[in-house]
Amino acid sequence: MDRLRQMHSTRAWSLLAAAALLIAVVVPLVAPDYLVPLLGKFLCFGIAALAMDLVWGYAGILSLGHALFFALGGYGMGMYLMRSIAGEGVYRSELPDFMVFLDWHRLPWYWHGFQSFPFAAVMSLAAPGLLALVFGWFMFRSRIRGVYLSIVTQALTYAATLLFFQNATGFGGNNGLTDFKRILGAPLREPGTRRALYAASAIALVGAYLLCRFIVTSRFGRVVRAVRDAELKSRFCGYDSTHYKLFVWTLSAVLCALAGALYVPQVGIINPSEMQPSNSIEMAIWVAVGGRGTLLGAVLGAWIVNGGKSWLTAAIPAAWLYALGALFVAVTLFLPEGLVGLGARLKSKLIARRAGQVPVAPPSVDPPASAP
Amino acid sequence: MSAISIPMADAVRTPALPDAPRAEGARPPLALWIESLSVSFDGFKALDDVTLTFEKGELRCLIGPNGAGKTTLMDCITGKTRPDSGAVYLENRDTDLTRLSEVRIAQLGIGRKFQRPTVFEGHTVYENCELALAGKKGVFRTLFARLTAAERARIDEVLELIGLRDAAKRQAGLLAHGQKQWLEIGMLLAQSPTVLLVDEPIAGMTHAETERTAELLTGLAGTHTVVVVEHDMEFVRSIARRVTVLHQGKVLADGPMAQIQKDPRVIEVYLGD
Repeated sequence: MDRLRQMHSTRAWSLLAAAALLIAVVVPLVAPDYLVPLLGKFLCFGIAALAMDLVWGYAGILSLGHALFFALGGYGMGMYLMRSIAGEGVYRSELPDFMVFLDWHRLPWYWHGFQSFPFAAVMSLAAPGLLALVFGWFMFRSRIRGVYLSIVTQALTYAATLLFFQNATGFGGNNGLTDFKRILGAPLREPGTRRALYAASAIALVGAYLLCRFIVTSRFGRVVRAVRDAELKSRFCGYDSTHYKLFVWTLSAVLCALAGALYVPQVGIINPSEMQPSNSIEMAIWVAVGGRGTLLGAVLGAWIVNGGKSWLTAAIPAAWLYALGALFVAVTLFLPEGLVGLGARLKSKLIARRAGQVPVAPPSVDPPASAP
Repeated sequence: MSAISIPMADAVRTPALPDAPRAEGARPPLALWIESLSVSFDGFKALDDVTLTFEKGELRCLIGPNGAGKTTLMDCITGKTRPDSGAVYLENRDTDLTRLSEVRIAQLGIGRKFQRPTVFEGHTVYENCELALAGKKGVFRTLFARLTAAERARIDEVLELIGLRDAAKRQAGLLAHGQKQWLEIGMLLAQSPTVLLVDEPIAGMTHAETERTAELLTGLAGTHTVVVVEHDMEFVRSIARRVTVLHQGKVLADGPMAQIQKDPRVIEVYLGD
């Protein structure tokens, strides 16, 4: 009970419950069919934004490699979707279509087991998590931080993109994995399945938010911020900063992979362009726009930026990248704390003005009002 | 707990260690033992075969001109710098601290206050003390950690002692310079280490703040071993019973303050060239 109150006030809890009910129950019941997959996509981006905020906003680790974890989660799910319909592809083969096309006769070893949903679900999270753990261990142990860390993580995802683009890697090359038909026996084209996937994403988003909130309000969260602000001091206080960073980093990667795994069945395709460095940078922009270290702000930022993207790429396709760049510059220059920071600033200004006006203003304001 | 429950006045009255050398067997147990420590940076000998011992509960001042090796010595003890040769032992343990990480050393019981006040500026004063508390500091422990009643009492006690009780909820970054210095000392108290290394505690303090700091430090001695690096000779005179003078990476003199002040070599180093 105590711990719940530390996470949120009673009022915030009720608002949160109302919001959760709205996105997880009301929206899937009333939204028109064509909108459901788009909104579901936004929910997945929201989870990725939480992951990014946890690692960047709270731990100060600006990763430009999170698109990789997102994409790997997606590939894991994509492998299941391919394998579960073995024999139903264009070539009626036991192998996925792209393998037949490449004239492969045997399934690569790392594709085994993915016909099972539980196995694929676990692997979608465990494989990116393990990669993050190992890569992070070397990175943090070598005390790589700041801009160097951003560059290293960007290099990682870039290398992975190149690797996945190759047909020989065994993930469908630049076409990636597509032509999915069913998930757990339910046809993906059915509106009901889409709504179920949307609802699953909504539940995952709420769960991810609660997990992140639990973490950042715990002593662990305070240690992570301490490591971000004064790493050496935290070490002299007896906290092994490497372990803390590694934990946050790996957890963040797993959350990102979860977002990717939910994303793929809703958009129907996963290919290496999902793990390009530019996608990671876009994630950082979501968090910057919403406000670093605020969690809900990050989710909001992801929705606003992607809402803008959906609208602008339809209206003026060529303008989107310029708009995104301009947005990032503007936020960095004028809103270092993002929209949430702006909101907080306006609120405190309003309170200050109200408080300031009471003793000074009455003589000039009151008479006309009280005259009659 | 006992560390700060001693009333200040009593602690100040604690008799100074006798100046006369005593028989080997009668020596109090050692808190810290530094054995022929040498460090060089690009050929410059920052520490040159330094051997020093610190008795349990003593308050020792470490002085010396700039570049004498004082901060390097602290860096070696706390694991920030790896010495080229030599060893550091804590209490009666066999482990050589110079082989351990700074995290492990801190966990074993060496606390350090930096030259520039270093607190977690984004956290509140209370949270700063919470983070400094002694205890298990692993990832999974802190995820589910709750403040126990004893820990709360301990934090309150520390805040009272450093005079920041009313500022408990204030963000540490907003504190005045002197208050930050005290908060950092308070964090050391919460950490309750065996040995406290205090680097220039009164830099930038007013006279009243300096006096209060002297009281704090002398109050800590007895239950903790306190090593203070300080430039201000008047301050050193007011707190130190025993002083070690470093010069060019070597121990130049070591003894009671009165004797050190008369030492011609010390006078030359400080007043000559």
